[in-house]
Amino acid sequence: MLDLDNATVQFQSAGGPVVRAVDGVSLHVPAGQFVVVIGTNGSGKSTLQGSIAGTVRLSSGRVRLAGHDITDWSQHARAGLIGRVFQDPRAGTAGSLTVLENLAVAACRGRFPGFGWATDRRLREEAASRLARIVPGLEQRLDQSIGSMSGGQRQIVTLLMATWHRPELLLLDEHTAALDPAAADRVVQATAGLIREGRLTALMVTHSLAQAASLGDRLILVHRGRIELDVEGPAKRRLTPDDLADRFDALRRADQLDDAAARTLADLYV
Amino acid sequence: MITLLSTWTFGLALALVALGVFVSYRLFSFPDITTDGSFTLGAVVAAGLMVAGYDPVVATLAGMAAGAAAGATTAVIHAFLGVEPLLSGILVSTALASVNLVVLGRSNVPLGKVTTLFDAVERTVGPVLARAGVDRTLAGEMARTGFVLLVVAAAATVLYIFFRTRLGTAMRAGGDTPTMARALGRDTGLLTVGGLAISNSLTAAAGSLVAQYQGFADVQMGIGMVVWGMASVFLGNALVGAAGLGTALAAAAAGSVTFRLLVATALRAGLDPDWLKAATAAVVLAALVAPRFLGSRRKP
Repeated sequence: MLDLDNATVQFQSAGGPVVRAVDGVSLHVPAGQFVVVIGTNGSGKSTLQGSIAGTVRLSSGRVRLAGHDITDWSQHARAGLIGRVFQDPRAGTAGSLTVLENLAVAACRGRFPGFGWATDRRLREEAASRLARIVPGLEQRLDQSIGSMSGGQRQIVTLLMATWHRPELLLLDEHTAALDPAAADRVVQATAGLIREGRLTALMVTHSLAQAASLGDRLILVHRGRIELDVEGPAKRRLTPDDLADRFDALRRADQLDDAAARTLADLYV
Repeated sequence: MITLLSTWTFGLALALVALGVFVSYRLFSFPDITTDGSFTLGAVVAAGLMVAGYDPVVATLAGMAAGAAAGATTAVIHAFLGVEPLLSGILVSTALASVNLVVLGRSNVPLGKVTTLFDAVERTVGPVLARAGVDRTLAGEMARTGFVLLVVAAAATVLYIFFRTRLGTAMRAGGDTPTMARALGRDTGLLTVGGLAISNSLTAAAGSLVAQYQGFADVQMGIGMVVWGMASVFLGNALVGAAGLGTALAAAAAGSVTFRLLVATALRAGLDPDWLKAATAAVVLAALVAPRFLGSRRKP
């Protein structure tokens, strides 16, 4: 389904060192698998997801999805295969449009929209039915400007937009990070429900160790642009947030040791 | 009465600029300086064709097409060559200053000897009104005003319908939140090209109508039009509101007419015409700053 083959993303500011945000990552995600990606700040997890979505160009390596080599596809061309939910609720919805108009744009994902009336009765009925299934009551607000809704409600609508047509891959980029705990919980429940019911292939980046432990079929821990941990099945189910916290601490300690060792070597030999 | 109607007619013709600026600035968040050049372009293309013997409808449509091409060029420079929106508009508008001069052949062309849209309308509708007992001169002016009102109403209706279609809604989404539009498969560069083409075709239509109404085309006539359009949009927003697409479009058009009336009143009250552009800029500045100032005053 999704295959990353030796994917590398490197940046270099003027005169600065070359930084490998994604460092030769190879990954196979079979159809229907829900993968949770965690990592420290600057670990490269969002860059990794961006390289799949097309917002970040690979320096080398290939990305294949559903039988297509999409490495050189533009971001909007990839949208025909990929549904996305962003960290910022304002990034995934157009604030000046109504809920129904936002869904109308999503209903044309990946194809020419045409000149038909955007918010026709069929779409209205379908939107009301789908919204009511996720959050009862939200279907009453189809004609409300989405800019006037809460972040949690906007993320629910973004989720519905991203999955309106079954995507080959659903990318969730820390999509509950900007929400209060109660709203984040509702969005997580909705996310898990949509992925389960649709048997979607999904890649969710999160900072929440609780979400990482409780959600998904597989967990990937990214550090310094590389996959440091990749577990699935019973091993994944046994993971607790404390296990993951310990793993993070171990990585931090290793980093400190590395830096100290580098300083010692510099003192000795430079 | 005739002066008032003339002010209305002018304000209504310029309402097309306001609708164009509404599309570029409000829907696409694009401060499009091309407006100044495309207003003149619409006027000089239409004038040139009418002087060459073409039908005024064909000439006006050609002016609109030229305006659309100018807007599309600005959008291509921005979206595909990566130049900032303001600079893209300045580049195209600067180039249009030469284009307009070449198309017109000289700085000013009178249209007294050609049949304009207004002449045709006056000849058709004027006598009907005169037979109904309206003074002949007043009937002619009423016909002109009614014609421009119909054109503006038609343009606003077409815009409303288009921006409620699937493509138009996708364009509004692309202008509002490009990340969302790209994530849903829309090429936001192409959407901007379409949006600015629509915007500048409306502005060019206004230029063409104004040239035909005042009886001449001048290469300087577009200076300050983008500020006029913005002033109209802000004023209309303050007067009518912008709760929905239809209201916002009507507000832009109403803002233009109101602004023209205010300008005419100020001139009658003794405002030196040399200060007109400065006064227009001051109105836009006030409209931009006042809500922020009032908002901060309201907060505890």
